[in-house]
Amino acid sequence: MIHIKRLQEDGADVMALVGEIDASSSIDLDLAIAKSVGEGFTKLLIDCSALEYISSAGLGVFMSYIEEFREKSIQMVLFGMNEKVANTFQILGLNELLKIAADKAEAKKMLA
Amino acid sequence: MIYKQKVGCKLENLKTLRDFIRESLGRHGVHELHISEIVLALDEMCSNLMIHAHHCNPLDLFELHITVENGKPIVFEIIDDGTVFDINKFDEPALGNLVHDKRKGGLGIRLVKSIMDKIEYIQRDGATVCRLEKLVRKAVA
Repeated sequence: MIHIKRLQEDGADVMALVGEIDASSSIDLDLAIAKSVGEGFTKLLIDCSALEYISSAGLGVFMSYIEEFREKSIQMVLFGMNEKVANTFQILGLNELLKIAADKAEAKKMLA
Repeated sequence: MIYKQKVGCKLENLKTLRDFIRESLGRHGVHELHISEIVLALDEMCSNLMIHAHHCNPLDLFELHITVENGKPIVFEIIDDGTVFDINKFDEPALGNLVHDKRKGGLGIRLVKSIMDKIEYIQRDGATVCRLEKLVRKAVA
């Protein structure tokens, strides 16, 4: 079960993920990102500080946007991951392909 | 020590399974990071089974057994009615290709193979058993 809270700060869409993302809930993450992009946001900050778990289904959602965001010059930075969630991204090497920051301040700095 | 959990093939039941795995391994001093990796791999295996072999039919049941013995790898058995979804028969797609193709799937097999030490399928008492092993230090039966 995942809850996604959205708010806008300094022109960026800040999405807070609360709970667990697995095969039953990854569609919610996908829809939220698609909605944000559809509304014209080009800066996405993904707050993972209340994200307790992410399965490969959730990782797959982030992965599927990497190429599209590159083509459309959309920036996305994830931040605030706990150790276990960060480890999940590292196992697959996704930490090398996505922008990941320690906290929101650092994430904002990474948005050019 | 053997722990057993039976669930229907509904994706919403994955959380119950994850909690069962965490609770079972938590009783044996397994490090939290190891538990989280094991949960990740089994979540993947069970969701694949629910989706691809049972088309998420909540009336179809399967069992997960966890066996913890001193000095031995922890054994996880996913026991099903005979429908096989053998991940050993699937190639691990390169990450670069998945990204290029904008795919959402394909990560799971890589994940399971990188976390588990051994994955095999056996037939037992008319059922198909997917048996996964993971050697974890400090696991106390």
